[in-house]
Amino acid sequence: MKDDIDSEFILCFDCDSHDRFLIGGKNASLCELTTAGIRVPPGFAVTTQAYKKFLEHTGLGKEIKKTLDKLDIEDVNAVEQASRDIRSKMRVTPVPSEIQVSILEAYSNLCECCNVVDLPVAVRSSATAEDLPGASFAGQQDTFLWVCSGENVLKQTVDCWSSLFTARALSYRHRMNFVHEDVFISVGIQKMANSKTAGVMFTLNPINGDRSKIAIDASWGLGESVASGEVTPDNFLVDKVTLEIRQRTPSNKLIEYIPNHKTGKVHKTAVTNELQKAICLSDEEVIALSKLAKQIEKHYGTPQDIEFAIDQDIPFPENVMIVQSRPETVWSRKKPVSVSNGRQVGMSGMVDTLIAGVRLQQGNK
Amino acid sequence: MSTKGDGRFPNPFEIETPAGAEGWEELYPYYTVFSEDRREDEENAFWFQDGMHWREVLYPFDSIFMEFAIKSLSQYNTHFYVIPPALGIDFRILNGYTYLTPVGVADPKEIEARIPLFMERAGYYFQNWDKLYDQWKVKIKGVIAEMDALEFAPLPELEDMEWIKEGRGLSSSYDLMSNYNKLIDFGLKGWQYHFEFLNLGYAAYLDYFGFCKQVFPDISDLSIAKMVAGVDIELFEPDEKLKALAKSAVELGVADSLKSGTAEEALTRVASVPNGSQWLQQFEDAKDPWFNFSGGTGFYHHDPVWIDDLDVPFTYLRNYIEKVEAGEDIARPTEALRVERDRIAEEYAGLLNTDEDRETFQGKLGLARTVFPYVENHNFYVEHWHHSVFWRKMRDLGKVFVEAGFTAEIDDIFYLRRDEIPEALFDMSSGWAVGNPSRGPKYWPAEVERRKGIVNALREWTPPPALGEPPEVVTEPFTIMLWGITSESINTWLGGGDGDTLKGFAASPGVVEGIARVLKDSSQIDQLKEGEILVASITAPSWAPIFSRIQGTVTDIGGMMSHAAIVCREYGLPAVVGTGFATQNIKTGQRIRVDGDAGTVTVL
Repeated sequence: MKDDIDSEFILCFDCDSHDRFLIGGKNASLCELTTAGIRVPPGFAVTTQAYKKFLEHTGLGKEIKKTLDKLDIEDVNAVEQASRDIRSKMRVTPVPSEIQVSILEAYSNLCECCNVVDLPVAVRSSATAEDLPGASFAGQQDTFLWVCSGENVLKQTVDCWSSLFTARALSYRHRMNFVHEDVFISVGIQKMANSKTAGVMFTLNPINGDRSKIAIDASWGLGESVASGEVTPDNFLVDKVTLEIRQRTPSNKLIEYIPNHKTGKVHKTAVTNELQKAICLSDEEVIALSKLAKQIEKHYGTPQDIEFAIDQDIPFPENVMIVQSRPETVWSRKKPVSVSNGRQVGMSGMVDTLIAGVRLQQGNK
Repeated sequence: MSTKGDGRFPNPFEIETPAGAEGWEELYPYYTVFSEDRREDEENAFWFQDGMHWREVLYPFDSIFMEFAIKSLSQYNTHFYVIPPALGIDFRILNGYTYLTPVGVADPKEIEARIPLFMERAGYYFQNWDKLYDQWKVKIKGVIAEMDALEFAPLPELEDMEWIKEGRGLSSSYDLMSNYNKLIDFGLKGWQYHFEFLNLGYAAYLDYFGFCKQVFPDISDLSIAKMVAGVDIELFEPDEKLKALAKSAVELGVADSLKSGTAEEALTRVASVPNGSQWLQQFEDAKDPWFNFSGGTGFYHHDPVWIDDLDVPFTYLRNYIEKVEAGEDIARPTEALRVERDRIAEEYAGLLNTDEDRETFQGKLGLARTVFPYVENHNFYVEHWHHSVFWRKMRDLGKVFVEAGFTAEIDDIFYLRRDEIPEALFDMSSGWAVGNPSRGPKYWPAEVERRKGIVNALREWTPPPALGEPPEVVTEPFTIMLWGITSESINTWLGGGDGDTLKGFAASPGVVEGIARVLKDSSQIDQLKEGEILVASITAPSWAPIFSRIQGTVTDIGGMMSHAAIVCREYGLPAVVGTGFATQNIKTGQRIRVDGDAGTVTVL
């Protein structure tokens, strides 16, 4: 994207900034992936500066503080009411024009880059506290898919900002001892992958923690069906070292999320009969994904949990895209345990092996 | 077919003799057949047919290397290295086919008691492997040279005057009988040496293999093998020599003179063109020893050997010349293979959880790499080189039999048991000495004809894959590793193969669909067309040159370390080995899918 798009309020994903406080964890990660040469759908971040300025210039910040200061956080109804008040106020308050102009310019630049008028984009919040160890905000802010005009991008950006003040977020922050004024939010605007297939992959085998494997879950349509657990996805197990596909487990995929280009909305629909049991990734797509996963893990130096999409409008391999990557948390937090325990070494290890015929026999295939 | 529906294989005592094969038992040594006096033990054992090494009916003489091989394998487990859970492997011949049964150590206390002996004895070999292996090469080459020096010539009318002068006091017939005994002795020696290292090599590989499966549960057998596979493998050298000769023929400008006629005609022609003598010299240098290369397993006297039938390597040579002329790079990318091997090992090591595991992994990998050259190369020295010379000498003796009127054809001698040959030689010698006719010419031609009838009748019979009660689990490590016999493969056999889908070992990854070509033995190799999928009982290493023309491979028999599997991996073709029934269930011309990842073969 054009360099001059970057400003106080906007940072494109190909910029060098990985500043979490400026663009939030999710956006920083997308910037980092993009600059590491990983194929990520293009887009830009609306910085926390834009959010701050919006609250300051409109006086909303003070109003919100006033509302929250007098709020009894234990009173569920009161919290609900405060949340509704704050959020509706945010929606009706005009965004300062310099911020509006920056966002609209960045969006139209993105449209130009992709050569599509009213390019469908995903608008996602990217909180500064999100994904930090011990304070998972993931899923607490909103995501809007298939947003198709500058006007709507602006509207959904404000909706993302306001998602910091859902009743759930308010009480969560209270419980976690975060000060409301210190939590800022950035928004990511990213080209929607028009995915034929999408899913999640881990750079280890989540079943046993084996780091020499990449596990892929994939299903038809947009990635929401896999992320939400609404379908049993096809599963693939790939050897990270040799890129052999060790297992392909097709499943019965009953629903998918697909965008309606006319309404600009995402619909949950039934997968056609012949596709339900059909495997949703080709071998070459599995291999391409695995190569990307390997590259991302190498870049971060720790096992990753990655969301991907296979775009149906672009030819292979450019259509294999990474939508998000974050550190894997289950196995990575465990203390590493040695398999070998002294007995395994040298001749006595060999004796164990020879005698453990039964065990070997089971592992032979 | 041959299996019953009650979860066990046929009782060896219930197997009927095929019509016309009555009396077949006399064609083999008395201890190789199932007999009433050992019935109880024999009925209680599980026997699997070894079609990997002995895919067809044994000729009476050819049981020699089956007996020598299995006996030699066994003695090292039992009496040398004292492998804790395993004694030897017992062998029987039924209707001409070979059946084996692993003999384990049942008593846990005895296994325990064998451990310190194993550690001391095997440990010594592992610690001194390279030194002992260098010594081994000298020993095996020595045996081959001694065997090569043996001469078998018809008995002369007059003994040499020189022997009179030097007072030798021994006759040509003494030499003939003595040389036969020596030949058998060298044959046995070769097989003793064969197993001096092999069981230990497998044990070390198995140990490393088991550790890999433990730390990387879903790792493929192929990846494990890739980390230890040698780059400069002597077993591939014959093929490498052909490639080098093809390249050199093109470079020296002599290729055209090699392209037509028999090998003999081409060799005569090339001698007369410029640079031809230079190429011929390279050809002669390559021939010995590398063309002592069998087109089969080397276990049958009729397995074609390159050096005895140069038309075979010439077919391959011409194929390579065509590729070189088309600008194709046929050289084995040794440097790339080395780099890839090290990359894979390094990456896996890097993915281990702890430094302790890394150290264990490196230790086991290191030992596996130390032993692997022997595992890969011994086959050339023994089954190819040693056997080629052995069979050649036996054919020389066969000529003596023909000249003396004992047999009609050179190869008829292989219808005699090896213990009958000294008798026949003495008959020949005493007739020669006495000056009266030997009985042989009256006795052997008819007897050989009768035996040919029996062998032909046995050929019409299809051996069941196994006999007797299958074990609950197969635990004997060498049976699993070398023969690929697992509880799973036994169940497949019991099912008689599941209609259109066969299951085997995933020996080499990838999925391919194509037309099947079922080959019974190497004499049918020329039927194979470009792009077909090879279906064979086994594949011999000397078939290497055809791997550049096929799309995939399926075999009946073989485990991950069978000679077949090693070669298939090297050539990077999808392969499924050890399917049990491929050559029975698949017909030439059928379209099949070979899934080298899942280990399945489907008739489409």
